Amino acid sequence: MADEVILLDKWVSPFGMRVRIALAEKGIKYEYRDEDLRNKGELLLKMNPVHKKIPVLIHNGKPVCESNIIVQYVDEVWHDKAPLLPSDPYLRAQARFWADFVDKKIYDTGRKLWTTKGDEQKSATEEFIGYLKTLEAELGDKPYYGGEKMNYVDVTMIPFYSWFHTYEASGNFSIESHCPKLMAWAKRCMQHESVSKTLPEPEKNYEFVLQMKKRLGIE
Amino acid sequence: MADQGEVKLLKTWSSLFGLRVVWALKLKGIPYESVDEDLTNKSDLLLQYNPVHTKVPVLIHNGKPICESLVILEYIDETWSQNPPSLLPQDPIQRASARFWAKFMDEKALPSMWQAFTKKGREQEEGLASIAEKLKLLEAELEGKKFFGGEEIGIPDFALGWLVNLVPVFEEILGLKIVDEERHPSLSEWSRRISDIRVIEESWPPRDKLVTKWAAIRDHFLATARASSG
Repeated sequence: MADEVILLDKWVSPFGMRVRIALAEKGIKYEYRDEDLRNKGELLLKMNPVHKKIPVLIHNGKPVCESNIIVQYVDEVWHDKAPLLPSDPYLRAQARFWADFVDKKIYDTGRKLWTTKGDEQKSATEEFIGYLKTLEAELGDKPYYGGEKMNYVDVTMIPFYSWFHTYEASGNFSIESHCPKLMAWAKRCMQHESVSKTLPEPEKNYEFVLQMKKRLGIE
Repeated sequence: MADQGEVKLLKTWSSLFGLRVVWALKLKGIPYESVDEDLTNKSDLLLQYNPVHTKVPVLIHNGKPICESLVILEYIDETWSQNPPSLLPQDPIQRASARFWAKFMDEKALPSMWQAFTKKGREQEEGLASIAEKLKLLEAELEGKKFFGGEEIGIPDFALGWLVNLVPVFEEILGLKIVDEERHPSLSEWSRRISDIRVIEESWPPRDKLVTKWAAIRDHFLATARASSG
């Protein structure tokens, strides 16, 4: 029986991008649906009644919600191709720890960066750079967080690369000047089709954010 | 039983996150050494083994640290997979669901409870409304099941453990009912079932000490709010 895989998503969502990259890495065929988040569809509300958020993976009619949970699910079900989590429990725990770090720190602080001004924005920018430096230190001299290949942590973090231009323009700073190794890592990940075909152009992302700011009444 | 090496747990006497790890280790029969930290004076060990967050709990297995309670629980489950109980189901959809609910408890239910407990006035009302809404969802999810995963205890149950021993403490301090039999029959039954598990029941920190500690925390937050509002 062929698998039916549907992904409810939004093109600009870094969380959705994680899932798209994981599916692409594993060569899984799926139906992509771009959701209108200001007018949420019945299927989304039915498949994610608790949070009503994207991404939602629907596998043979059953929903899986929360991007990192979806990526782990995809890795477990399609474990034969391009494994994203290592098999050693200690290394798995380290990968989960860093994915959790990205989840807890990058999105929220990044959001503060482009939704605030003045001192608040300056403080958010400093905090954000601090977190990027921590991630850069963890990468060390490895080509990827997974060593020689991309892993769960790379997949969790790389979508934010499409948001870097937005963060830099909003906070008036250069990520490359603070974290050159992290930028090199991001460009290395972009060599992978699974990543380059998933991440939107940074300018498109910035345009989207400017429109959001207008709508939210933030200048 | 295979040699399980040296296991050390850094926690505090009252940390609800540390308790989860205690339950997992005890239920699986894993001997370990417990170290209670003073978070106002963090030990070199803690700073060395959790430099990123400097928080408890930290599990140190054969000298290697694992941080973040939910990450630790999965590590314990995978490393001591031969020791029952399994903390996560085998089926991938059910595993995803268990992870989903554990995340919900930590990222939605607990912050709502925190807001209800550390604020007053309108902010507290919002917190109380929020925790009520979260409990409604949890009640619906639990209905008809012994534990969140079904027949066996697992990670989501551990993640909600604070409902059993801490919420009564909050209720006493606030003079409010947050969980009750009428609105939450399944959660109330589940709480009794959790308390009946000997290793869990034995692990509860002393209630009077908890009341003292948490009353002081609430006072501190209210005082800080007063000070910053001028």
